[in-house]
Amino acid sequence: MYIIIIGGGEIGYYLSKALLDEGHEILVLEKNSARNEFICSELGSICIQGDGCEAATLEAAGTGRADMLIAVTGDDEDNLVACQVAKYKFNVPRTIARIKNPKNEAIFKKLGIDVTVSSTNVILENIEEEVPTHPLTHLLTIRDKGLEIIEIKIPPESATVGKTVKELSLPSESILSLIISEERKPRVPTALTVIQAEDQIIAVTSPESEEALRIALRGA
Amino acid sequence: MKVVIMGCGRVGAQLAALLDSEGHKVAILDTDDYSFQRLPSAFSGTALLGNGTDEDILKRAGIEEADVFVAVTQGDNRNVMAAQIAKHMFNVPKVICRIYDPLRRELYSTLGLEAFSPTTIFAQILKEKIES
Repeated sequence: MYIIIIGGGEIGYYLSKALLDEGHEILVLEKNSARNEFICSELGSICIQGDGCEAATLEAAGTGRADMLIAVTGDDEDNLVACQVAKYKFNVPRTIARIKNPKNEAIFKKLGIDVTVSSTNVILENIEEEVPTHPLTHLLTIRDKGLEIIEIKIPPESATVGKTVKELSLPSESILSLIISEERKPRVPTALTVIQAEDQIIAVTSPESEEALRIALRGA
Repeated sequence: MKVVIMGCGRVGAQLAALLDSEGHKVAILDTDDYSFQRLPSAFSGTALLGNGTDEDILKRAGIEEADVFVAVTQGDNRNVMAAQIAKHMFNVPKVICRIYDPLRRELYSTLGLEAFSPTTIFAQILKEKIES
């Protein structure tokens, strides 16, 4: 694939290196001349000095034949514009933007960016997974469908302990797909499955129903 | 009218002062509070420190009830991003945006933003002056 990377900072550099190793054709656009020289000396002549938000620079970079553009500068607004110019002026099929403000995920999606990667969110998700007391863990996002797979632990004091699944008031956009007991025994829940203390529940839900699901399973 | 202006440079400050003196409800945003010194002492609107590409800051500035949003910071991309947030996320009825780069201005105009390039406009004025 021909992949254009906007921003030759640390992330852009290591990303280029990894993608080159995978056999892709890479071009990096970087404003700073020192960074530009560094990348060229380390990785070969794959870096051009220029502003990746400018149509003229993107034109010279052959953006018209690019399969993908990844914008990883340190500024959300620059990443947005680089992706939009690539998408709407050069019809690049896939655009990926790095974002710092996690709230920009929804905004970028609405503005036509195919994928956003938020370092803040990635770190947050890891913390949630590492901190066992956290009631709800995001395991996976099914992006195109707007659904996510989450894990919820049932504490012994929860009001739902001893209840059957059908007695829970689950939100309609949520489905319990797996329950793992304290003895590490997984079972597929039915309407008559009884919730036990220390159960780990794996569920599929829409992000909007996440809070309602948590309340239904653990109490407020 | 309720107007939110992003960028309290010379243009932003002057526009804010003009609209304020005509009785409009103005909120002006900037990331540098020193720039608020450009506002006249009689300015009765709100001056708010913060980045207008952050939707929480925009909400604080009253974007949800705004009739007009104007983006006039020094950064084209910041203006473009904030203007699109105002238009597409908050459905502000009138959104105006400054884009210095004429090519970028052209692209975003075709994408439906009301955008002006001072570069093009000023070059045109100069050309007319020279030819007159």
